Amino acid sequence: MFSRAYRTAVAVPPLVWVAVFLLVPYMLMFCYSFWSVSESGTIVHSWNLDNYHELLTKPVYWETLLRSMWIAARVMFFSMLLGYPLAYFLSFHAGGRKDLYYQLVIIPLWVSYLVRAYAWKTILGTDGVLNTLLQYVHLTSHPLDFLLYSPFAVVLTLTHIYTPFTFLPIYASLEHIPRNLVEASHDLGATPAQTFWRVIFPLSIPGVLAGATFAFVLSLGDFLAPLLLGGPSGIMISNIVVSLFGAAYNWPLGAAISLCMLALVLGLILFSERLEKKWSFS
Amino acid sequence: MATTSEPAVATRSQPGSASFLSIRSVAKHFGKNVVLRDISLEIAEGEFLTILGESGSGKTTLLRILAGFEPSTAGEVWMSGERLDTQPPYRRRVNTVFQSYALFPHMTVERNVGYGLAIAKRPAAEIESRVSEALAKVKMSAYAKSKPSKISGGQQQRIALARALVNRPRLLLLDEPLSALDANLRRQMQVELKALQREVGITFIFVTHDQEEAMVMSDRIALLRSGELEQVASPREIYNRPATSYTAQFIGHTNLLHADIRRGTASCGALQWSTSLPDGAALFSLRPECIRPASSAPAATGSPEHPTIRFRARLRDQAFHGATDLLRVESDGGLIFTIRTASRDFPNSEASLEFEFSAADAIPVRATSLTSISMEHV
Repeated sequence: MFSRAYRTAVAVPPLVWVAVFLLVPYMLMFCYSFWSVSESGTIVHSWNLDNYHELLTKPVYWETLLRSMWIAARVMFFSMLLGYPLAYFLSFHAGGRKDLYYQLVIIPLWVSYLVRAYAWKTILGTDGVLNTLLQYVHLTSHPLDFLLYSPFAVVLTLTHIYTPFTFLPIYASLEHIPRNLVEASHDLGATPAQTFWRVIFPLSIPGVLAGATFAFVLSLGDFLAPLLLGGPSGIMISNIVVSLFGAAYNWPLGAAISLCMLALVLGLILFSERLEKKWSFS
Repeated sequence: MATTSEPAVATRSQPGSASFLSIRSVAKHFGKNVVLRDISLEIAEGEFLTILGESGSGKTTLLRILAGFEPSTAGEVWMSGERLDTQPPYRRRVNTVFQSYALFPHMTVERNVGYGLAIAKRPAAEIESRVSEALAKVKMSAYAKSKPSKISGGQQQRIALARALVNRPRLLLLDEPLSALDANLRRQMQVELKALQREVGITFIFVTHDQEEAMVMSDRIALLRSGELEQVASPREIYNRPATSYTAQFIGHTNLLHADIRRGTASCGALQWSTSLPDGAALFSLRPECIRPASSAPAATGSPEHPTIRFRARLRDQAFHGATDLLRVESDGGLIFTIRTASRDFPNSEASLEFEFSAADAIPVRATSLTSISMEHV
């Protein structure tokens, strides 16, 4: 057993960190969301619900939020579609190359997010790699302009960026499945396909939920991909928050949006954690 | 080399009279590492065969080849006239009870047991009745709705057994299923498992490293040593007539006598007895319970063909084992013997005692290398 002094000494630095850099800013945000801005551009410290009222009544906010959720849902779907088979292949069929493939999946995470987003800009742009190629092989006579500056570009980029985040928890949960369960299933007459759907997939659900939550939550709050590749139709809710805190100088409204998103994300995480518990059997 | 010494089985293995399960020259290599070498074994329908061996002897690999989890490098396996080893595990009418039970954690006990039947697309009513019948057979009906994580190891073991038996396999493979249980439960399960096997009449192949377990349960024991069959025989035969020094030492305890044979007489130190073996060096196994304190009557010298050999020795060590004592004595010629006698006190450890054994109990054995068991091992 450790002494009380030791336990305190270990606990204090992270607690201070969380308090100073997480709890205090959130408290400030919480307060701001009930304040307002005067005509002259100063913060009025009078408590009211005007900001929340504005969020509910002005369609631009909740429409953007819905669009953001729709983009996040698509990113979640496509990164699961890519991440699950990849994780399954690595865990069950990669044999001795497992570690090599694992590193290959992880390496893109070492590259700056900004670099990867810009890379898509050069690929999708009107003079980009893809359009040049399409014109060169005469599949199109003039550059396709829907590729860049569209929700499509945002979904594509975010899927590329967040697939490793869905891959990791799924891979971990697949690695945790005792291989003798797979053997037992074959032994009891189940073909590999039956074994996958009846044993492997149900046991990987906690990883699937964690991966899906990562992809959804991270893309929902993203502002760089829509900023660089989204164009006017690809604007997401975080872009609005950024502009409210910046050019528009309306911190109280920005704080209110942020708090709504925080509540949404926390709710999602709690919900997915509850589901994960229901499906975990270790 | 296999030493198949039970006559009933020897006739079954003759060509023409195909046995139920036939393992023919099966070998398994992992790279350069030879795990199994030329295993041939004939198993009768309804037989309880135990594959016995130390860890690393290849017994689990052999079982995994039979189940289909591991391809063999060479050889064939046939079951009732059909090639078995070329089929995937899910097409074999073979079921396995795994060492760690391998119950599906996300399914109830009931659904675990019904898994094979559900896969086989049996009607729901049949699944239900067969599952409850199987659970009743292993006395687990009360736990039908429980999850495997909520029941004890012994109970999980029963469920694993029910899950395999409910499919009415032709052959049941058991991979050290009792090794995780504590001693009392283990002995109880040995008896139950044996009774269950008699009742259902399914051929059991049981893998264990525990020679006592093998003796209690099996119709025949196949002893594996470093990937080769050392001896295949009934428990009594393998104990009373070990073919090799390894068998003699692995199954029970023994005294190995290194004798020199000249013109029909074997000599080991000062001890001499007649034998029909040819001249040269020979090894004899003498079980500890075959040596007894000499009776006072000097006339008791046994029959002419099985004379009684007497020797004087000093008591070195005495261990109490309940009904019997295990003695270690040193003969006047300097030989160390292990002796099992009915428990009693010996008055003075320094006094010279007289012991005797019948020459008929000294079983000639082929010398096979002893890896982990030494003469001193008691």
